[in-house]
Amino acid sequence: MSGIDPVVRQTLSRIGVYVGVCVAIVFFALPLLWLVLTPFSKHPSYRATLNGVSLDNFDKLFHNPQLWRSLRNSIYLAGGTAILVIVLAALASYALSRVRIPGRDQLLYALLLLSSIVTGTAAMVPIFLMLYQLNLLDKQFAVVLVLSGGLLPAAVFMLKDFVDSIPRSYEESARVFGASPSQILRHIVLPLIRPGMATVGVWALVQVWGNFLIPFILLSDDKKYPAAVVMYTFYDTGGQPNFALISTFALVYSVPVVVLYLIVNKRYGFSFQGGIKG
Amino acid sequence: MASIEMRSLAKVYPNGVRAVDGIDLTIADGEFFALLGPSGCGKTTLLRTLAGLEVATEGTILIGDEDVTTQPPGTRDVAMVFQDYALFPHMSVAQNIAYGLRVRRVPKEERNRRVDEALASVRLGDFGSRRPHQLSGGQRQRVALARALIRRPKVLLLDEPLSALDKKLREQTQFELMNIQHQVGITFVFVTHDQDEAMALSTRIAVMNRGQVIQVGTPSEIYEFPQSRFVADFIGTTNLFEGTVRGGETGHGGETGNLVVNCPEAGCDLIVDEIGRFSSGQRVWIALRPEKIRLSKQKVPAGWLGEPVNQIKGTVWELGYLGNRSTYRIKTETGKVVTVFAQNERRTSEWSIDWSDEVYLSWSTDGAVVLTQ
Repeated sequence: MSGIDPVVRQTLSRIGVYVGVCVAIVFFALPLLWLVLTPFSKHPSYRATLNGVSLDNFDKLFHNPQLWRSLRNSIYLAGGTAILVIVLAALASYALSRVRIPGRDQLLYALLLLSSIVTGTAAMVPIFLMLYQLNLLDKQFAVVLVLSGGLLPAAVFMLKDFVDSIPRSYEESARVFGASPSQILRHIVLPLIRPGMATVGVWALVQVWGNFLIPFILLSDDKKYPAAVVMYTFYDTGGQPNFALISTFALVYSVPVVVLYLIVNKRYGFSFQGGIKG
Repeated sequence: MASIEMRSLAKVYPNGVRAVDGIDLTIADGEFFALLGPSGCGKTTLLRTLAGLEVATEGTILIGDEDVTTQPPGTRDVAMVFQDYALFPHMSVAQNIAYGLRVRRVPKEERNRRVDEALASVRLGDFGSRRPHQLSGGQRQRVALARALIRRPKVLLLDEPLSALDKKLREQTQFELMNIQHQVGITFVFVTHDQDEAMALSTRIAVMNRGQVIQVGTPSEIYEFPQSRFVADFIGTTNLFEGTVRGGETGHGGETGNLVVNCPEAGCDLIVDEIGRFSSGQRVWIALRPEKIRLSKQKVPAGWLGEPVNQIKGTVWELGYLGNRSTYRIKTETGKVVTVFAQNERRTSEWSIDWSDEVYLSWSTDGAVVLTQ
């Protein structure tokens, strides 16, 4: 008999795997633990420890005039962008899926590629100049437009997958019944890609919710700042982070997104197969 | 009045493929008409052109007296049942059925009344609130039928109506379809690649190949009197013997002419009771259905059943037992393999024919058809 008993070896290797998984979990869970624990801590620091439970931090935050205003701004930017992206992406993806034009897929890939530049740092200067010339600086809807422009190609790409998965016979059947193109879109296509639209909507919302750079550069009035930008101001004059405010704000700030994700996930299950349930 | 008339109808795709190529066909009012052919023969394209989902590039289509060639699908007064039924998954059964009325803005009360009627007529009265995915295949098909018929169209088009069903359900649904067609009395046109389906359902069949109609006729005409090797071979199983016409021979009764065909493949002359005119030396094919052949271990005496008989000797090459019948593949002395279907009339028989047995294949003069193409 050479080496170790296979049962022992199997057990050992399994223990090894579990240890590795535990390390990975700790690595990724620690920031989350910090996010959840620190707001309730009496002496918040960069450590994820709980030394005495208190709600003082929340009290302080809720009396901060910037909190509600910035969250409102975030909702405006994220909601506006999500709606615009959903509407335009649904129409575009339907057209791109059903109309046969040469180079359609290449066009889509090119747009997808370019979009990562458009919302990226590289394009910030031209975008800033463009908005300056259009007199759109410091306007929230301009931020919505810029963000939508950046997200649209990826959204079209995702939604097109959903539209592609709808058998054409549904639309043809509706056509034989005498439905007009707009009726087909409203009665058949849009209801069928609803899971896809929800997915894209949540995705766009999360993208904008966490976006710091674009609103920071394009908005100058701090009353228009969204939460992500406001958080940046929670430093004292010496450059020290105000852990009490930052941690509490971060928790409050992340709650809407998590709730939204849970709702949509429960309803549509985030299937990317365009699978239509009941 | 809702006959369908196609005149030199063609559908040419931009890449030059002639999917439908010059079809002249008239389908009478109230017919249950089958478009039958191998896959890629253009039958589905033809059906879609009738529906208006494809626009004909040449020719005209008349439904009733109306030229609908360029009309969009919604105004043609045709309904269509798709192969996958295309029931809208996000709508209930009742909403699905009501869709054709909803699009036409039929008032809600009338819509509901007609949906209830339609549901009852396909025996799905209690299923109105279900979703399509909660139904079985057969139920789905009935919903698709009810949905298509609720608008009382002049013509119903069906794309492979039974292909999504299993064998048992298929047979059941066949009769149901025939009943429904009988009740509503409108013209049904359906596409199928399954010859059994076409035979069982239709009043007439158009056999298609390469975008063209090869032969039109009733199921028995198509089966018993194919006009080409393609039809003979595509519908059912056929044994083909190539040969040349040697001349005529008067039959025993004297009234019909028998044709003598020299068949090197069969190893002898074959005699066919054939009214058509053939010239001596003409190249022909004799198409013989497997069930028209009688197998025996002994030679059949001439004049069996009062007619001259064709007889070839062979050995059992392959044997397939199918319960009700057996399929024999007999290798003749010339090496030609002939397929024979024999009914298993008794449970066991001492005369049963087995592997490698020497047998005689015999058939009467009216068992085969002579084809020139």
